[in-house]
Formats: sequence, C-alpha cells, structure tokens
Amino acid sequence: MTPLAATTQLLEIVGAALAAPAFLGWVNQCRAWLQNRRAPSLMQPYRGLRKLLNKDAILATNASPLFRAAPYVVFATMLVAAAIIPSMGTGLPMSTAADGIALVGLLATARVFLSLAAMDVGTAFGTLGARREMMVGFLAEPALLMVLFVAAMLSRTTSLPLIAETLAGQAPALYPSLAFTAVAFLLVMLAENARLPIDNPATHLELTMIHEAMILEYSARHLALMEWAAALKLFNYACIGFALFVPWGAGNEASGPIGLLLAVPLLAIKLAIAGAALALLEILSAKLRVFRAPEFLATAFLLAVLGLLVHLLLET
Amino acid sequence: MELILLLGAPVIGALVLALRGDRSYGPEVNAGFSAVTFASACALAVRVVSYGPLLLYDEQFVIDAFNVFLVALTAFVGLTTALFSRPYMRVEVANGKLGPGRLRLYHSMYQLFTATMLLALTTNNLGLLWVAMEAATLSTVLLVTLYRTPASLEAGWKYFILCGVGIAQALFGTMLLYFAAEHALGSAGVTALLWTHLAAVKGQLEPTVVALAFVFLLVGYGTKVGLAPLHNWLPDAHAEGPTPISAVLSGLLLNVAIYAIVRCKILVEGSLGSALPSQMMMGFGLASMLLAAFFLWRQRDIKRLFAYSSIEHMGIVTFAFGMGGPIANFAALLHMTVHSLTKSAIFYAVGHAAQKSGSQLIENIRGLVTISPTIGWGLMLGSLAILGMPPFGVFASEFLVLTTAMKQQPWATPFLLLALGVAFAAIFGKVQPMVFGETTARRLPHPPALLPVFVHLGLVLVLGLWIPPYLAAWYHDAARLIGGP
Amino acid sequence: MHPLPFSLQLLNACAALLLLLSFAMLSQRRTVNLVNLLAVQGSLLVIATLIVAWRTGQPHLYVSALLTLALKVFALPMLLHRLIRRLNVWWDTEPVINPSGTMLIGLLVVVFSFGLAQPISAVADTAIRSTLGIAIAVILLSFLAMITRRKAMSQVVAFLSMENGLFFGAMSATYGMPMVVELGVALDVLVAMLVLGVFFFQIREQFDSLDLYHLESLKERD
Repeated sequence: MTPLAATTQLLEIVGAALAAPAFLGWVNQCRAWLQNRRAPSLMQPYRGLRKLLNKDAILATNASPLFRAAPYVVFATMLVAAAIIPSMGTGLPMSTAADGIALVGLLATARVFLSLAAMDVGTAFGTLGARREMMVGFLAEPALLMVLFVAAMLSRTTSLPLIAETLAGQAPALYPSLAFTAVAFLLVMLAENARLPIDNPATHLELTMIHEAMILEYSARHLALMEWAAALKLFNYACIGFALFVPWGAGNEASGPIGLLLAVPLLAIKLAIAGAALALLEILSAKLRVFRAPEFLATAFLLAVLGLLVHLLLET
Repeated sequence: MELILLLGAPVIGALVLALRGDRSYGPEVNAGFSAVTFASACALAVRVVSYGPLLLYDEQFVIDAFNVFLVALTAFVGLTTALFSRPYMRVEVANGKLGPGRLRLYHSMYQLFTATMLLALTTNNLGLLWVAMEAATLSTVLLVTLYRTPASLEAGWKYFILCGVGIAQALFGTMLLYFAAEHALGSAGVTALLWTHLAAVKGQLEPTVVALAFVFLLVGYGTKVGLAPLHNWLPDAHAEGPTPISAVLSGLLLNVAIYAIVRCKILVEGSLGSALPSQMMMGFGLASMLLAAFFLWRQRDIKRLFAYSSIEHMGIVTFAFGMGGPIANFAALLHMTVHSLTKSAIFYAVGHAAQKSGSQLIENIRGLVTISPTIGWGLMLGSLAILGMPPFGVFASEFLVLTTAMKQQPWATPFLLLALGVAFAAIFGKVQPMVFGETTARRLPHPPALLPVFVHLGLVLVLGLWIPPYLAAWYHDAARLIGGP
Repeated sequence: MHPLPFSLQLLNACAALLLLLSFAMLSQRRTVNLVNLLAVQGSLLVIATLIVAWRTGQPHLYVSALLTLALKVFALPMLLHRLIRRLNVWWDTEPVINPSGTMLIGLLVVVFSFGLAQPISAVADTAIRSTLGIAIAVILLSFLAMITRRKAMSQVVAFLSMENGLFFGAMSATYGMPMVVELGVALDVLVAMLVLGVFFFQIREQFDSLDLYHLESLKERD
C-alpha cells in the first residue's frame, strides 16, 4: 500500500462522510431556487445533524437492541460502500475488498437493517414504510444489478474501479447500451434514495411516504445517523453513477498526487452538476401513486436488460 | 402479347367498371372482361404447350408448365363466376341489400382481384409475387364487408389483420431469400429476386438462412391458404362476403397462395437438400385436414361448412406437395384443379339456395329438391364430388394422394383416412336433409340458371373418368418441375 | 475494442432507439402518442437509410429514404391523426395483459429474435448485419402489440410498425430490396391504409365505437 493510495482512501471515506450532507444541501438549494423560494444555506443539513447530536435520545419502551444498533450498522455500511466506490481514485486498497455485486449486497444489508428497525417498535407507520421499502428494493435491486452487468460486460470485470478505469480509457464511441443503462440507473437511484416520483423527501404525508415512515420512531443521535446515512447513500449512488457513466478524472497510481489534487475539484463539479440535474428532475416530475412504483421500476429493469441485449448484439 | 391482354384486360375492366359498374349492363361488361381474360389465358396456354416455357419482358414474367395451367384455371373460374354473379347480384340488388355505389365497387374490385391473382401467378419476381398477394387481400377486404353487416365487418377486419400480419411474415421470408440469393449470385439488384435466377443457383444458397426464410414464407402464405392454426379468417370471410366472392376466394385465391408456397419450396428444397420443407408442409397439411374435419361437425352456416371443407382440401393439397415426387405432385395439381372447379360450383348452388331460402343457416334450408330440382341436385352432386365419390375427379386425386401416402409416408395414412371419413360423414349428414328434407315451401315457378354449376361438375366428372392426354402431359411436366424427394 | 467507424455507431444507435421505441409503443396507451411514436420510428428509419445510402453509395437507397420520409413520417401519421380526430379515439382501453407482463414477454421476444438472427448475421457480409436481430425484434414486438391491443387503431399502428421493422430488416441484411419491390410494397401499404380508413368508418357506423370487443361474435359456437 503506497502512501498515496492510503491517503486517497482515507480522503475518500472522510470526504464522503463530510461532503454527503453538503450534497444533499445543494440539491435542496437547487430545488428551492427552481421553485422560486429562498434557498436554505448549504450548511443547513450540518446544523440539523449538530442539533440532533446534542439532544438526548428517547427510545420506545419496547425497543430491542436491534433498534438501537441499526443506525450504527446502516451508517457504517454506507461508509464502507463509500470506501469501495472509486469516487476520487482507482486502485485503492479497500476496493479489492468487494466488487460491484458485493456492493449491491452491502446496500441491501443496510436496507434490511433499516426495515427491521422500522418494524421493531411495532407502530403501524414503521411497518408500512418497511413494507414499501422492501417492495421498492426488491424491484430496484435486479435493475441495479443489470446496470452493473452491462458495465461489467463492457469492461470484462465486476470490480468497480477497474470498470471505471477501462471505460475511461476507451476511445470515445456511441454506446447505446450505456445510454440505456444510464437512464435505468437514474430511475433506480431516484427510487432507492426516496426521491421524487417514488417518494417525496420534503413531506411527511403519511399515506405516501416510504423512507420517512421508517425513521419516524428515531430521535437525537440515532436519527442524526440515519439521516446522515441517507445523505451518504445519495452521495454513494451519485458516485456509482460517475464511475459507470462519466468515469473520467478519478486519480490513480499513475497520475500521482497531482491526479488526486485534480480529482477532488472534478468530483465537486460533477456533484454540483448532478445535484442540479437531480433537483430539476424532481421539480419536473410528480409523485407517482405507490402502486405505480412497480411499473416505474419495471421500466428501469427493462431499460437495463435492453441495454444488456443491445450490448450483446451490437457491441460485440 | 397474350400476357399484356391477360393482365391488362382485368385492370382496364376494373377502371371501366369503377365508373360504370352500376349500370344495368354492368354485370355483362364484367363477364365480358372476364371472357377476354380467359381467351388470352387460353392463347397463352396454347403457346406454352406448343413452344415450351416463356420468359417475358426482361425476365420479369415467367410462364411454365406449372403456372400456365393455374392461369387458365383462374381465368376460367373467373369467367364462370362472373357469369354466375350476373343473376345473383341482380337479385341482391332487387332485395335491397346493395346500392349502386357498392355494385360499382363490387364489379371493379372483382376485376382487380382477378388481375392481382394473375399477376401473382405469372410474375417471375418473388417480391412482386408478394406485392400481388397483398394486393389480392386488399382488393377483397372491401368485398367481404360489402353488406356492411356487423358480422361482415368483423369478418373483414379479421381477414385484413390476420392476412396482413401473415403476409408481413412472408415479406420477411422473401427478404431472407433475397439475402441468400444476393450472397449466392454475388450481385445485388433486381435479378436476385427473379425466381428463374434463384432456381439456377438454388444449390448454393445458404442453407440456414433459406430454412429460416421458408419457415416465414410458409407461415405467411400459409395464412392465406388457411392452413391450421392460421385459418381463423377463412370461414368468416367466406361466410360473410357475397357468394361469388366466396367462390373465387375458395376456388382461386387459396390456389394462388399454395402456388406461392410451392414456388418457394422448389427453391428451398434445392438449397437444403433436407426433408425440412416437406415435413413442415405435411405437418401443416395434416393438421389443417384434421382440424377442419372436426370443425365441420359444428357448423350451422352452410357457407362456413364449405369454407371448412376448403381448409380440409387445402390441407390435402399441401400434404401432397409436401410428400413430393412425381405422383404426389401430379395428384396435388389435379386436386387443385378439381377442388377449385367443384368448390366454386358448390358455392354457386349454395348461393342460390341461400338466396331462395333467405337464410344461410343449414336448419332453415330444407327440401331443395322440391323447391328447385336444379339447385337441389346441383348441391347434392357438388357435395358428392367434393367428398370424393368415385366418378368425380376429386376421387381420382384423393385416391392418388392416399396410395402415395401409403407407399411413401405410411404413418400418415390413418390420419388421412380419419379426416376424410369424418369430413364425409359431417358434410353428407348436413347436406342430405337440406336437399331431400321435408319442406313447406312451394316449388319455384321457373328454374334458376345454373349452367356454371353443371359445366364445372361436368368437367370434374370428365377429369375423374378420363384425363385428356395433353392435360396429363402438362401435369406431368409441372409435377417434374416441382420435383421433390 | 470498438474500432467501428462513426457512421456505423450512429446506425447502431438508431437500431437501439428503434428497439426502445418498440417497447415504448408496447406500453403506450394514448393512441395519439402511439401515432407520434410511429412517426419517430419512421424518421429513425429515414436516418438509418440515409446513413446506409451514404456509406454504400447506392442511389436507390436515397429514393427509398425519400419514399419512407414521405410515406411513413408524413403521410401515414397525418392520415392516422386525422382518423383519430374524426373518429374520436384518443385512448386505448386497458391492454389484455398488464404492462409489466407485456414488457417481460417483450424481453423474451427480444432474446428469441436475437437467437433467430444469429445464423443469418453470421453469413451476412453487410457491415450493419448486427442490427438484423433488432429488426426481427421490432417485427415480433409489433406482433405482440397487436395481440395485446383491443382497439382497432392501436392494432393498425402496431401493424405499421411491423412494416417498419421489415424495412429495417431488409436494409440491414441486404441494403434494401430492389426498387420495384420497394415501390410495390409502399403502394400496398398506402392502399392498405386507405382501405382501413374506409373500414374504420364502416365499423364505427355499425357499432358506434372502434373497440374490437364488438368484433368477437364470430366464434365457433356449439
């Protein structure tokens, strides 16, 4: 392990943890602007986290240890995921720990703990949210896997950093398959992160919410971790998207410290653009009724599979 | 020259009748154009018989032993049907079922339909063959819906969509064939779709592609033949359209569709050297026969009954062509001829019977012999002929098919016998009370003109007893051309 | 790994979009959108034909492209739009199978057609042979759309998209059919549409609707 790799790795984890709330803040800011509202500050999520961390936690009387452990597990999982995803550099020590498929499994672990915790206290909302989350997850996961498969077939490896490297190193060409999977990935990302057509992050309307329903029983530091983890999840998904579809600019051994120095601002620019685009997309779309969600995700799956088929037929 | 007249007469006829078809002399003009067509078909036949196959106009048209006899048959049945439709359509107009506009449409489309069929038969270009087949569908769709009843609209819609989809498959098959041909001939362009050129290089066509092409072609044109399970449109279209159209659909269009399949089979077999096309055709043929035979039992509408009988007979023909070889091909060609003569004769008789009874339902038609002996006997004799009773030509062809099957494909014999037996019982059981049953209706004052019925049946009888030597030679030529294992 | 020239990449992209369009048509329930999708499909076909014409330098393909443009991008969609307005058929009813089910079947169809195209592509020497599978898929998907639709109008659109698929197939396998045939096919399609127009009015006059539900009385009865 070279010092540079170690630094990059550390920077990736810490940077992800620190930048994730800011990314969420940026999306909220863009949304506010697009809706002609006065935007909250970029620091707003940090303030919320600080406030929550300073409070005393209140637990339901029948909460089990699982309920208390879940926020830590979920947050830790997201951090590990952030370490695996090549956001700033490729060829890092942690990246060999898991490939793309394991990453999907990692994200699924977080989902399982979140859902279990939501059902733990036994309130109606928690169970409802957990059920919906599981439905969305069950439909989104195959689509996400398909997206990864297409990228993996294009670069003949399932390891995310290697995929990013191969794709970045290729001569520019039109890849219909990648275009299809990019759209599919976008749909999955919206659904998985409780963004607009599936769930509205801005409301607590009982009948439609998914994510908020699950964390309704949490308070103080537990809630803070949960929200932080959610922000991290969005950040992670954005970075997976970059690795697959705009892989240029991540540093590696060859590019040295300068590559790393370049990678950080480049990532910031990508995030800024992605956040703005996400906000725009959310402004333009209306929330789907819950029973339409399967259709939405079926479309994602369809696009991903089409991408795979098109790749098999046209690009080999 | 004959060819120009052959194809030109119906086209001009269609134009003239589109403008004047509703006049009182419309039916006569219609028959007149059909007569010109028939005359030129005869001239063409004489020329081919005496000078051998012809390639005309940049090789765009081919007339050989196989299609010239179908051309003659088509023109002949076209003429007799035009003669039959003369009194028939007059009665329909008198009954208030049709207005002058629709009569114009009917006459014009009748000629156009003849033209497309003749084009399909004579063209050497497989692409044009497809175009003509599609045009034949289009020209008859509006004829099927001529009465504008709900049932006829449904029948027309089914006909349009099913045949449209089917024929689209055939286009894809044609395309694949073109692809294979381009490969073998090494040159792009028009020649690669000419049947004669393809036949010359059939041994070099890429087998996998050609096999796939044949599947598409068989399914596509098979839809038009009415092969099971693609037959759904056929009974409806036959039952709901005017009777002259049922007669030409059954007697001619199905033949032309089979012709298209056989033309393709010749190429494919030459390329594959395997039994795949034969087996597929035999399978489809047997399936159609069996299915039609059993459906015959359930029919209550007389035109549907005979439509299913057409499916059955097309099954026999397809099966026979599938077996291949000189005798089976000979039998299939003979069967095509006698079936189209007999079936159109039956439809003429049925048309009059239904017109007189005011209903197409079998239970409403009773005692035809009492009402009008000519119709009654015409229907009875026609049914006996189509069921393969001995003196008629259908017996000869079915007997040949059966004996060849016993020799070449023994496994199929029980199925053939079963289908023929079931069909016999079904049709005879239904026709007998219609002809001889009790009736309260009084005898018609004057017998209807049924000359075409008896001319057709007479020809079928002659073909059953004695095939003229030049006709036999002709069939032999055609059978040799088609070849087979 | 991808040394394809740019024009071929563009063609492949066209093919991929055609496939996507077929799926969009499969799921679309508004007839107006369906017709618009058909027009888009037609324009993709025109683009593809033009690229092939430019690559191969075959003049008849330019004519063919022009024909497609006139017929499939302008004439037929306009005709259908007029029919929709005059007949007032804006929506299709719920399809026979639910959309997700149709999509899954559609995917299987695509896999099947790719398998079907494999042996043909293997012997083809045209540069765009890989798109043949997509052409077959478009044909079969339109077929599927015809089966799952209830309204006459949607069935017709599906039928026309099948025709488009056939053209695309002809182009990828053999750089188009001979001119005579192409003209004949175009004529047939045009006449078919005119016949259909007449037909629609007849159906509506008779049933006051274009729902094919009315056209199910002719069945084998006991």
